[in-house]
Amino acid sequence: MTKLLEWLFGVSLVGSVWALVSFDLLDLSLPQTYKDVAWPMPLYLLVSFGCYSLATVGYRVATFNDCDEAAKELQEQIKEAKEDLKRKGLKM
Amino acid sequence: MASRKTSHSKQDKSDKYSILLPTYNERENLPLIVWLLVKYFGESGYNYEIIVIDDGSPDGTLEVAEQLQKIYGEDKILLMTLHFLSKGTAYIHGMKHATGNFIIIMDADLSHHPKFIPEFIEKQKEGNYDLVSGTRYKGNGGVYGWDLRRKVISRGANFLTQVLLRPGASDLTGSFRLYKKEVLESLVERCVSKGYVFQMEMIVRARQLNYTVGEVPISFVDRVYGESKLGGNEIVSFVKGLITLFATT
Repeated sequence: MTKLLEWLFGVSLVGSVWALVSFDLLDLSLPQTYKDVAWPMPLYLLVSFGCYSLATVGYRVATFNDCDEAAKELQEQIKEAKEDLKRKGLKM
Repeated sequence: MASRKTSHSKQDKSDKYSILLPTYNERENLPLIVWLLVKYFGESGYNYEIIVIDDGSPDGTLEVAEQLQKIYGEDKILLMTLHFLSKGTAYIHGMKHATGNFIIIMDADLSHHPKFIPEFIEKQKEGNYDLVSGTRYKGNGGVYGWDLRRKVISRGANFLTQVLLRPGASDLTGSFRLYKKEVLESLVERCVSKGYVFQMEMIVRARQLNYTVGEVPISFVDRVYGESKLGGNEIVSFVKGLITLFATT
C-alpha cells in the first residue's frame, strides 16, 4: 500500500468514527457530552499538529549543529594537501 | 595504535571500496578530495579505488585527474568521461567499472569529508547493513556555512518528509553513503527521480525492498569554493518529488 493510500485509509477510518459519534449516524443515543467532545476534534487535532510541527522544526533548527571545527580542520588540510601535491608534481 | 592493529586483523581482506566521484568543473577540488581519500584509506588500511566520472568539464578537471592518476597509480584512480543528466546515470556507469564489492558515493566539492568513510565502513560491518547513510541531523552531525533560512528550509523539508514517508532514516536528501554494490545496482535501476529527490527515492525504495540502513553522523561543510544553490526552483521540484514518492511508494 502506498503512503497515500495508508493516509486515505487512516483518515477515512478516523473520519467515519468522528461522523458516527458527532452526528449520531447509527442512532446510538449517545450522551450529548460525547457529541460535544467529538465534534471539534478534527480542528483540535489539526491545530495541535500545527503547533507540534512548529515546535519540532523550531527545536531542530535551534539545535542544528554548527561544525566550526570541521571547517577549520578542512582549511588546514587543504593547505597541507596543496603542499604535498605540489611536492608530488601536481600542477594546479 | 594497538587498537588499530586489532581492527586490521578482524578485517576481511577481500573487501574493496569503490568511491564514485561524479564531477563537473571540480578542477580545484578534485586533487584535494583525492588527497584526503588517499590519506584516510591509507591510514585505515582498507582496500579502495577512486572512480572519477567527469561530465565533460570545460575547466580541465579531466587533465587534473590524469595528473592524479600518474601520482597515485591507475589501479587507485580510474577515469571516465560521461555526459550525464543525473547522478543516477553516473553511478550506473561508474559501477560497471568498479572492482569493489562496496560503493561509496559522495560529493567531490569537499562538503563531504573522507574522514567519515572509515566510520561508515565500521558501521556497515557492525550490523552488516546493506547501506550506510551519512546524516547531518542526528548525533553530532551538522553543517557549516548555513544561514538561518537554509537551516529552516532544510529542517522543515526533512520534517515534512518524515511525516509523509516515515522512511526510517533521518537524512534523506544526503548523498554521502556507502552501499553494498549489488544493493546500489538494484536500487539505481528502480529510481526515476532526479536531484535531491533521487537520493530520497533511493532510501525509500531500499526500505521497500527490506534493505537495512545504518546511519553515521557527518559534518557537511558547505562549499569551500563557490556557492550552493537553494532557490525557488529547487524547492518546487523537491515538493513535486516528495508528493510523487508519497503517492507511488
